[in-house]
Amino acid sequence: MAEQLMKYADAVAKYEPVFGLETHVELSTNTKLFCPAHIEFGGQPNSQLTPVSLGLPGSLPVVNKTAIDYAVKLGLALHCDIAEWSQFARKNYFYPDMPRDYQISQYDKPLNGEGYLDVELDDGSVFRVDIERAHVEDDAGKNTHVGGSDGRIEGADHSLVDYNRAGVPLIEIVTKPIEGAGERTPEVAGAYVRAIRDIVRALGISHARMEQGNMRADVNVSLHKKGEPLGTRSETKNVNTFKGIEKTLTYEIRRQAALLEAGGEVLQETRHWDESKQATAGGRVKSDANDYRYFPDPDLVMVHVTREHIEELSKQMPEMPRERRARLKQEWGFTDLQMRDAVNADALDLIQESVEAGSSPAGARKWWMGEISREANERGVSLQELPITPQDVADMEALIESGKLNDKLAKQTVSGVLAGEGKPAEVVAKHGYQVVSDDGALESAVDEALKANPDIVAKLKSGNMKPMGAIIGAVMRATKGQADAKAVSKIVMQRVAK
Amino acid sequence: MSAAKSELVKLSAAEMAAKIRAKEVSSRELVQAQLDVIDAAEPSIDAFLHVSREEALQQADAFDERLAAGEADGLPELAGVPVAVKDMIVTKGIPTTAASKILEGWVPPYDATVIERLKAAGMPILGKTNLDEFAQGSSTEHSAFKTTKNPWDTRRVPGGSGGGSAAAVGAFEAPLALGTDTGGSIRQPSALTGTVGVKPTYGGVSRYGAIAMASSLDQIGPVSRSVLDAALLQEVIGGHDKRDSTSIPKPVPPLAQAAREGMKMDLKGMKVGLVKELGGKGYQPGVEARFNEGVKLLQDMGAEVVEVSCPHFAYALAAYYIIMPSEVSSNLARYDGMRYGLRVMPPEGTPQTAANMMAATREAGFGDEVKRRIILGIYALSAGYYDAWYGSAQKVRTLIIRDFEEAFKQADVLVSPGSPTTAFKFGDRMDDPLAMYLSDVANIPANMAGTPAMSIPAGLSDDGLPVGFQFFAPQMRDEVMYKPAAALEAALQAQWGGPMHKDLKTPWLGE
Amino acid sequence: MDVMPTFTREEIEHLGDLARIALTDEEIERLKGELNVIAESITKVQEVAGDDVPATANPIPLEAYLRPDEAEEPLTQAEALAGAPATEAGMFVAPRILGEE
Repeated sequence: MAEQLMKYADAVAKYEPVFGLETHVELSTNTKLFCPAHIEFGGQPNSQLTPVSLGLPGSLPVVNKTAIDYAVKLGLALHCDIAEWSQFARKNYFYPDMPRDYQISQYDKPLNGEGYLDVELDDGSVFRVDIERAHVEDDAGKNTHVGGSDGRIEGADHSLVDYNRAGVPLIEIVTKPIEGAGERTPEVAGAYVRAIRDIVRALGISHARMEQGNMRADVNVSLHKKGEPLGTRSETKNVNTFKGIEKTLTYEIRRQAALLEAGGEVLQETRHWDESKQATAGGRVKSDANDYRYFPDPDLVMVHVTREHIEELSKQMPEMPRERRARLKQEWGFTDLQMRDAVNADALDLIQESVEAGSSPAGARKWWMGEISREANERGVSLQELPITPQDVADMEALIESGKLNDKLAKQTVSGVLAGEGKPAEVVAKHGYQVVSDDGALESAVDEALKANPDIVAKLKSGNMKPMGAIIGAVMRATKGQADAKAVSKIVMQRVAK
Repeated sequence: MSAAKSELVKLSAAEMAAKIRAKEVSSRELVQAQLDVIDAAEPSIDAFLHVSREEALQQADAFDERLAAGEADGLPELAGVPVAVKDMIVTKGIPTTAASKILEGWVPPYDATVIERLKAAGMPILGKTNLDEFAQGSSTEHSAFKTTKNPWDTRRVPGGSGGGSAAAVGAFEAPLALGTDTGGSIRQPSALTGTVGVKPTYGGVSRYGAIAMASSLDQIGPVSRSVLDAALLQEVIGGHDKRDSTSIPKPVPPLAQAAREGMKMDLKGMKVGLVKELGGKGYQPGVEARFNEGVKLLQDMGAEVVEVSCPHFAYALAAYYIIMPSEVSSNLARYDGMRYGLRVMPPEGTPQTAANMMAATREAGFGDEVKRRIILGIYALSAGYYDAWYGSAQKVRTLIIRDFEEAFKQADVLVSPGSPTTAFKFGDRMDDPLAMYLSDVANIPANMAGTPAMSIPAGLSDDGLPVGFQFFAPQMRDEVMYKPAAALEAALQAQWGGPMHKDLKTPWLGE
Repeated sequence: MDVMPTFTREEIEHLGDLARIALTDEEIERLKGELNVIAESITKVQEVAGDDVPATANPIPLEAYLRPDEAEEPLTQAEALAGAPATEAGMFVAPRILGEE
C-alpha cells in the first residue's frame, strides 16, 4: 500500500515542521564503556567479550575514564552545562541483543546538560541548534536475521547474535525541538549531523564512519500550522547516512502533510528508513514502549568530574571545525564556494597538508579538487584512498614553479602517480617529460606556425591577442606538448612586433 | 568416623590452621576429613548442591607443597583450611546455579573476586551450598533442588537464604563458609543454626562474581563457628577491588586483632545501645530471654548499656520490599534463554518468537517467590508509581541511615536478637509470604544503611533451638562489633564449658 | 494522598508481559491475592517520605572509580558460547525476532 505524499513545496507552505535529532556517536576508546574488552571493527564474532559485556551472572560494570573524558570534550564543544556529578541509570527492556536486558544509560543526571551548536548552511548563513543533553550509554550487540529473503527481520526464520558491539561507548546527543527551519528542515538536519561528525573527528573521540555504524540518528518530526499546537510526531530510528536523514525528513514532512490534509491523524510510532524503497515504513507500536522503568544503576555510584579536570580538558581542546574553516579560508584567500567545495569533498586536511609541504593554497586546491577528485569519483573511492599524497602535490607544484613542467605535462605526471607509476620525479624521469625551452627549436616551431596562419599574424599585429592560443596550440602539437607556453608567447610577441 | 577425625572437624578454623602450620595435619588430610563428613552428613542435612571433591583435594595438595617448600609464609593465617561457598557466588569450572532451574548446568568461565582471594590464600573450596532460589527467601525452602535441614532439628528449616552455608558449618561439614546477605541471608540462618554469620559494611567485600539479587543491598560475608574465625575469613576476602565500583577503596580494618582483644573479656569504656524497636511484639520469649542474658553478660564485662531509639526501623521492612524487588526485577532480566542456562520454547500454537521464548523460559525457570518479587519490582519501578513507591523507599533509606547515625552518637555498638524466633518447621511459612518476610525484620535495617552487623550464638531457647545475638557497628568500622562479639562468645563459653555446638547431636559423625 | 495500589487481573497480566514471564491463570490469581496483601503492608513508606528528605540510592557515599582505558584478555569465543542453549557460526541463536527497538 503506497502512502499518499504531498508535494514538498506545498507541504512546507502549509505546515511548519518541528523536528529533533537524537544522534548516537560511537566513541573510539580502546576498550568498552564498562569493561576492559578491546574494541575492534570486524573480527571473530563474540571474541571481544568479558563476563561484563556478555552480561554473565555476577559481573559488574566499571566506568572507563577515557570515555568520560571524551564525553566531557564533546560537552565543551557543544557548549553544554557539564555536571560535576552525573549518574548512570538502567533502561529496562528485553531484547536478544542486550546481554543484561537493560541498557546502562543516563537519565535524570546526564553528564552534559543544555548547550548549542551553530550550524553553517550552504549559503553561508548560520542556524543555531539548541542541545537538550549529551549523555553516555553503552551499545547493544548485533543481530543477523537468517532464513528470510533479504536479511530483514520480516520473514526471517531465526537470528544470530554477535555481542562484540555490546558495551561500546556511545554518546547520545539530543536536540531540543528545532523550529523555524521551514523548507530548509532537511538541509539544517544534514548540516547539523555533518557538523557533529566534523567536531567528533576534530576532537579525535570517534572514527565517525557512518558506513561502519559509528554514527546513527533517530529523527523525530511533527507538523503543525502556525499558531496552532504542536502536532503528533513520528520517530524514525537508526538512520545511518546523511542523505538518509535528509530524505527521512523530506519524506515524513510530505507523508504527514498528506495525512493531515486528508483529515487523518499522525500516529505516534516508531518508523524506519527503507533505503531500497526511499521511504519510511511504520514499525510495530509496542505496548510497553515508553515504560523503561529507569532507576539509578545500583552497581555504579555517582561519577565525579571536578571543575579542575574540566578546565584541564578544555585546555586540550583543538580548534573547532567551523573556526578552523574560517581561519583557513582567510589565510588561503579562498572564496565561500571554493571553501565549501573543499569541505564537502573532505579535502580540507589534504589541502592544508599540501600547503604545509610547500604548495601554494591555490595550487593545492586546483589539484585536489580537479584531477585528483575526478579520479576519486571515477574509482568511487575517497581522496585519501588514492595513491597520491599531499607531499606529491607539493612536489608537483615545485616542478611547475621551477619551469620544469608545464600544465599539460604536470597533468600527465599526476596521471602517472595515480596509476601507481611512482613519485612525481620518478614518473617524469620514466616518461622523459621535459619542457622544451631551447630557443632555436622553439623559434623554428613558432615561425612554422606563423607561416601557416597568416590571418592570425595579421590580427596579432593589429593588437588583437585573442588568437594567441591557436598559435601556442600549434606549437604544442609540433613539440608534443613539451613547449613552455610562456616562452612560446614571448617569441610570438617578438615576431609580430617586428 | 574415627574419634580423631571427628575431633579434627569440630575444631575452629583458627585451630585447624594452627595444626596445619605445626604440620600436625596436612591440608589434604583436613580436606579429606571434611569430605568424609560431607558424605556422611549430606543424606541428613542436604546442605550442598555440588561437592567439588577433586578441586578441593588438588588445591589442598598445592598448598601442602607450598608449605613443604617453605613458600607459605606470606599467606593468611587460615591458609590450608577449606571453605564451602554459597551457590550464589561464581566459581570457574564449578557449576553455579543460584539454586534455580534457570541456571541449571551453567559452568562459569570466571571466578568471583572472593574466590580468587580464597585460592590465593591457599584455601580449598569444598563445594557449593544450597540457598533459596537467587537468595530470595528465609528458609532455603525456595531452592529449586533440595531442602536443607537444620542440624539442631532436621524437621526444621536452617533459615535462609543461606541455609546451606549455615547448616554445613553447623553440622561440621565445613569449618567456614561464604554467604551473601541482602536482607539477613547470612545472619538469620546463623541465628537459626547456632553459627556465627557476618554481614560486613556494604562495599567492604567485593561483589564481583556474587550473582546479583539486589545490588545496593547485597554483601558477601563469612559464616563460621567462632567470632575469630569469621574475622580471619573476612580479612582474607575483604578489601578494595577495582572490578566493583561500590567497593570501598580502603584496606580491611584489623578484625582479628579486635576479636582477640574481645576474648580478654574486658569491655570497660564501651557503650552498648539496645535498639528499642528490635524487640517486643513478634519476638519469641525464649529468644528475648537469651538475648537479655547476653546483654547482662556484656554489662558484667564492663560495658555500659543504654537504650536507643531508631524510629524509622519500623519502615525498614516496607522500604526493603520495594527497593529489593525493584533491583531484583532488573538484575534477573538477563536470564532470558539467550546466552546461558535454560531455554524453553513456547507451547505449540504460540508464535515461536524470541519474546515468547523468553517468556516461556522465565515461566518455567523461575520459582514462585522469584516471580512474585519480579512482578512486585516491575510495578514499583513503573512510571505511574515510581515516586510513590521506589522514590519514597529511597527516602526511608535516608531516614534509617540517620537513625543509625544518631544511635551511634549514643553508643559504640548496637545490639538486638539475631532473629525474632528460633527455627520454624518446614512448610510453616510457605503459604504466607508476609510471615516469611518478617523473619528478617531485625536484620534488614543494616542492609538498608550499609552498616556491618553479625549474629553469634546466644544459647538455646526453651525449645532447645539456637538463638542469635546481633551486633551492629558504624559503616566501615566492622572491627568495632568484633570486639564485644568475641567477648560475649568467650563469656558464654565460659558458662557452657565450651562452644555451644558441643551439645549438638551429630549422628552423621557416628556418635 | 498516599497511592494505594490494587492489583487487578489485567494489571498482573500486563506486569507479566513487562517481566517476560508467561504467567499461568492460576499464578495470576494467586499473585493477585498475595500482592494486594504485600502492597497494603509496604505502602506505608509514603507516610514518612517528606519532600525535605533526600533519596539514598547507595548506602555508602562513594564516587565512581574510573578505570584506565587499558585492554585485558577477553573470554575466548568458545568460553563465551559455552553456556549457550543454541549457537551457529560463532554466534548465539535467537528465535524469530519480531518488532524492533
